[in-house]
Amino acid sequence: MKKKMNGYLMAGLIITGVLLLMTLIGAFYTPYDPTVMSAREKFNAPSFAHLFGTDNFGRDIFSRVLKGSGTTVFIALSTVVIGAVIGTAVGAVTGYFGGFIDEVLMRMNDALTAFPSILLALVVISILGPGSRFNLILALGIVFIPGFARVTRTAFASLRDRNYVESARLMGASSARIMLIHMLPNIFSVLFPALTIGFNNAVLAEASMSFLGIGVTPPDASLGYMLSEAQGMIVAAPWYAISTGLMIILLVFGAGLIGEGLQRSGNSTEL
Amino acid sequence: MSMNSLQTPLNTLPSEAFSRAGADSPSAAESLSEAGIMVTAASMPAGPADDLVLEVRHVCGGYKSGGFFGRGGSYKEVIHDVDFVVRHGEILGLVGESGTGKSTLAKMILGLLKPEKGEIIHYTKRPQIIFQDPYSSLNPAYTVEWTVEEPLRVFGKYDAAERKRRVREMLERVDVPEEVFQAKPDELSGGQRQRVSIAAALIRRPRFIIADEPVSALDVTIQAQILKLLKDLRTELDLSYLFISHDLNVVYQLCDRVLVMKQGRIVEQGTVEEVFDHPQQEYTKQLLAAAE
Repeated sequence: MKKKMNGYLMAGLIITGVLLLMTLIGAFYTPYDPTVMSAREKFNAPSFAHLFGTDNFGRDIFSRVLKGSGTTVFIALSTVVIGAVIGTAVGAVTGYFGGFIDEVLMRMNDALTAFPSILLALVVISILGPGSRFNLILALGIVFIPGFARVTRTAFASLRDRNYVESARLMGASSARIMLIHMLPNIFSVLFPALTIGFNNAVLAEASMSFLGIGVTPPDASLGYMLSEAQGMIVAAPWYAISTGLMIILLVFGAGLIGEGLQRSGNSTEL
Repeated sequence: MSMNSLQTPLNTLPSEAFSRAGADSPSAAESLSEAGIMVTAASMPAGPADDLVLEVRHVCGGYKSGGFFGRGGSYKEVIHDVDFVVRHGEILGLVGESGTGKSTLAKMILGLLKPEKGEIIHYTKRPQIIFQDPYSSLNPAYTVEWTVEEPLRVFGKYDAAERKRRVREMLERVDVPEEVFQAKPDELSGGQRQRVSIAAALIRRPRFIIADEPVSALDVTIQAQILKLLKDLRTELDLSYLFISHDLNVVYQLCDRVLVMKQGRIVEQGTVEEVFDHPQQEYTKQLLAAAE
């Protein structure tokens, strides 16, 4: 795939790059300890000492946003990796082989798709037990499998009868080799945008789950959890909701721009 | 009719048969017989079957579509009772209008499609194909060198240095300039792509090549170069070809014998001179008249 730079891709890479750098730094260093409370500094408005102000316990919101973004990004990335790896494997097998195995796996896929994704994640969480970020990742990962499976199935099915795939079959290459080495690099043009969209949805899903109180639990903080905290003090400390919400919006916006940019610069002759 | 038994032609010593059929790839025999095709090898000593590379015996076949969980669905027969042989060292032309089943027949010979009836008997290593469209026959994700090396990697009998040496030798033989060895297909011209396809098809030294309209997508001057290359390689590498084309002029220049196909049947066959100069069938006459 030929990657040509365009405005979308550039803007997306800059925004996402800056955010990821911030969360990376946040993992090792924050201006204040994000969990330390201070009775004297409750509900401080944004200032140079506290860039995003403080909350009802006097905790520094900027530090909390940095740490919380890290949690959210980690959960979103892990979720997308689980969904993408399993979904792509399912899509590759169903798209390449077709026939009976395709029918079986895609009907299972349809069954997963039929549930609203949040509801499905709720069901999985209630089976696995709430409160653990790994259970949350697993639940959301399962929710993301069908989307990736559908996208990659279509791509693999459309490449299946290409002459170069038939050539690979004729030279005696194994099905695994054909799918992984001969076909997979040619579906990156659909896989990459799907990954960025998946990341967005994962950020939002994590936020929704934590907002509902079935995701990350204290003292762990994620953007979604913080947003639900901020809701209670929307009048006393509006900067809390604004800064947390803005962070979610920027994360989603940046990845969205990358996805859009990749789609526009993607090789239009393939797929 | 026994589709899965291994058939041995007259005068063939089984051990020798296997040593030749299996020389290229141990999986070739298995996967061809999976496809309902019998794989045997020609005997080295003189015999009635000695000069054959391929025998197609009363083959019928086509495509299945639809169906629920692989059951039911419709079957459309495309090939009806096709029967012919390819002799060692010849270029056998297969002509006919588009949609008449030429490529379907090629797929069946290659083992990509299972015949419904009849037998396809190979007397050599697994055949290779050169496709018409040089744009979809090369993997766009990989370089020229990778593409030509891949059959050897899959074969797995040579180390990296030996593979590289063979790849370079083959690419030089088919006149692919060294500057493009590391290029991806979208940086190549149509003629170069077709040369790379030929190199990839020949790298494992098959003895029988199916060329499915190999020059139809190319300019006339490039066509002539590729045809000359195919002709030279025949003698150098001891190849036999099944040359599929709708271009009768090309077939006349290149082929020794010719099959005329109409709606999935072979309606006429013979040497190029016989068929072109004294066509027996009305359909052949029409084809020739249209090509004038």
